[in-house]
Amino acid sequence: MLEFERDLDELRDHIAELERDAGADSNSHVARELAVLQLELEARTADIFAHLTPWQRVQLARHPQRPHTQDYIDRLCSDFTELHGDRRYADDPSVIAGLATFQGRSVIVVGHQKGRSTSENVERNFGMAHPEGFRKALRLFDMAERFGRPVLTFLDTPGASPTLDDEKRGQSWAIAENMARLARLRVPVIVTVIGEGGSGGALALGVGDRVLMLEHAIYSVASPEAAAAIIWRDSDHAEAAAAALRLTAPDLLHAGLIDRVVPEPDGGAHRDFDIAAANLRAQLAPMLQELCAQNIDDLVNARYAKFRAMGEHQNVPAG
Amino acid sequence: MALRRRGSVQSYPDVPVDLWVTCRKCGGMHYRPEFEAALRVCPSCNYHDRLDAAERIALLLDDPDQFQEIDADITAADPLEFSRPSGSYVGRVAKARALTSRNEAIVCGVGPLQGRQVALGVMEFGFIAGSMGSATGEKITRLFEHALRHRLPVITVTASGGARQDEGLFALMQMARTTAAAARLGEAGVPHICVMADPTLAGVTASFAAIADIIIGEPGATIRFAGSRVVQGTLRRRAPVEDHTTEWVLRQGMIDLVVPRRDLRETLARVIGHLAPAHVAAPAPIAARAARV
Repeated sequence: MLEFERDLDELRDHIAELERDAGADSNSHVARELAVLQLELEARTADIFAHLTPWQRVQLARHPQRPHTQDYIDRLCSDFTELHGDRRYADDPSVIAGLATFQGRSVIVVGHQKGRSTSENVERNFGMAHPEGFRKALRLFDMAERFGRPVLTFLDTPGASPTLDDEKRGQSWAIAENMARLARLRVPVIVTVIGEGGSGGALALGVGDRVLMLEHAIYSVASPEAAAAIIWRDSDHAEAAAAALRLTAPDLLHAGLIDRVVPEPDGGAHRDFDIAAANLRAQLAPMLQELCAQNIDDLVNARYAKFRAMGEHQNVPAG
Repeated sequence: MALRRRGSVQSYPDVPVDLWVTCRKCGGMHYRPEFEAALRVCPSCNYHDRLDAAERIALLLDDPDQFQEIDADITAADPLEFSRPSGSYVGRVAKARALTSRNEAIVCGVGPLQGRQVALGVMEFGFIAGSMGSATGEKITRLFEHALRHRLPVITVTASGGARQDEGLFALMQMARTTAAAARLGEAGVPHICVMADPTLAGVTASFAAIADIIIGEPGATIRFAGSRVVQGTLRRRAPVEDHTTEWVLRQGMIDLVVPRRDLRETLARVIGHLAPAHVAAPAPIAARAARV
């Protein structure tokens, strides 16, 4: 549990206790007190979440109980068939991918997958994909184009795995090839940052016609720890880096780098997976329908123009 | 006297200024005129020392005076109003501009390589470690678009610490933007040759550079995805000490060839000749165009 969640949780416990004590007895006094406490809980939750610091959002984005890619696929799609392996080297459990039905349409889904328990996180490398994970994704992007199926990607990674083994297998090349493929893919692509959008490892699945972000997700050039290590030469300054990097969904919407912010249930997506997924579906469904109706040449050109426009520069006056 | 093994090339304090240089790789000490005559290649360890953009352009083109720079006036904005403990981003850019006499971390233009017009983008490592920000990405993208329009073969020379942190997600998006532009060259059959010089790291390795048709490494260059500080910040353990050199990356199968500096120009001309025969790609001479009218 996060520090700023603790107060709220105590209040929740108190309410639960009262409810238990009250039992079937619908004593109007207890009912009134419960109603008051409920209101207080809602007000305090709203207050805390209206003033989240960037670092609190980083913590929420990494919340161990936060819904991950698999949780969204289970709720958004009716028949997910997971496909494994890059047909080159190995299957990477830190990326899941497959075929599914979304709103009656066959789609290809691909996303980073974090674990919840320690052992699962070790197996999934904390959502840090290896080159073979990105190459599995690439294989499915190719298949999506071959069969004219739109692609939905879900971003949730601290960054690409940076070990010597990953270097050996060409981590840089895997990321670049994915971006190049997605940039030119002749089917619609919708990207959703559901948790942590960390650096090149996120962008390797992040080039699409639309980019959505969950309200408390983050998206950054480097993880706050890595950025702190680069800027302050000390990863302990992660909190300061989080504030400086402007990595929150509202900031990035304002900067024009993402298209939409998907609202999360009160207290964050981990409080209610179903509402989080329903909110995402409400945005994805009409968007996908709209993109699928477009001429594919126009779509690919618009995608190029979209990323072409990302950046701010100025011109030095002559002389 | 203690010598720094790494860091900037420096002279001994008690000999005439600039007469001796030490190799940043092996620490070997060399007589500067000879070192320069050898194109700044270390005679002891074969490390190819960093060149600035002007030196690189002079090395590659037939006549550096015929280099026509494009978009020289583009420079960084400050989208995040970013500040480090060591100073503001605006201040860092101003310092870099004064230091390098360049407005950004890449110099782009067109010029003749063995008689053939090419589009050339050379990264300036002295400009904030050659890091890629919005303005850098804009220049690279414009270079690729220019090359596509005129069907000019493209040569990029990378020397970069990666994405420029001071621009946050704007910097990350330059990876997508430059890669998308490079991918369009590929679709159109316009060759892109990348020369990875020391160092080529992170956001530059993992974007337009990695998808070049042919990747040439300079001997002894560091080429890798994650810098040691990032590894330490992410994994909370010390980065592996292995040298991620050009030769190592070649053995892993990630680059096409390693070319000594003295052979670079000839090699570039040769491979470009194979991929894009000059009679197809070269713009018609002015006289011939006039005659057709």
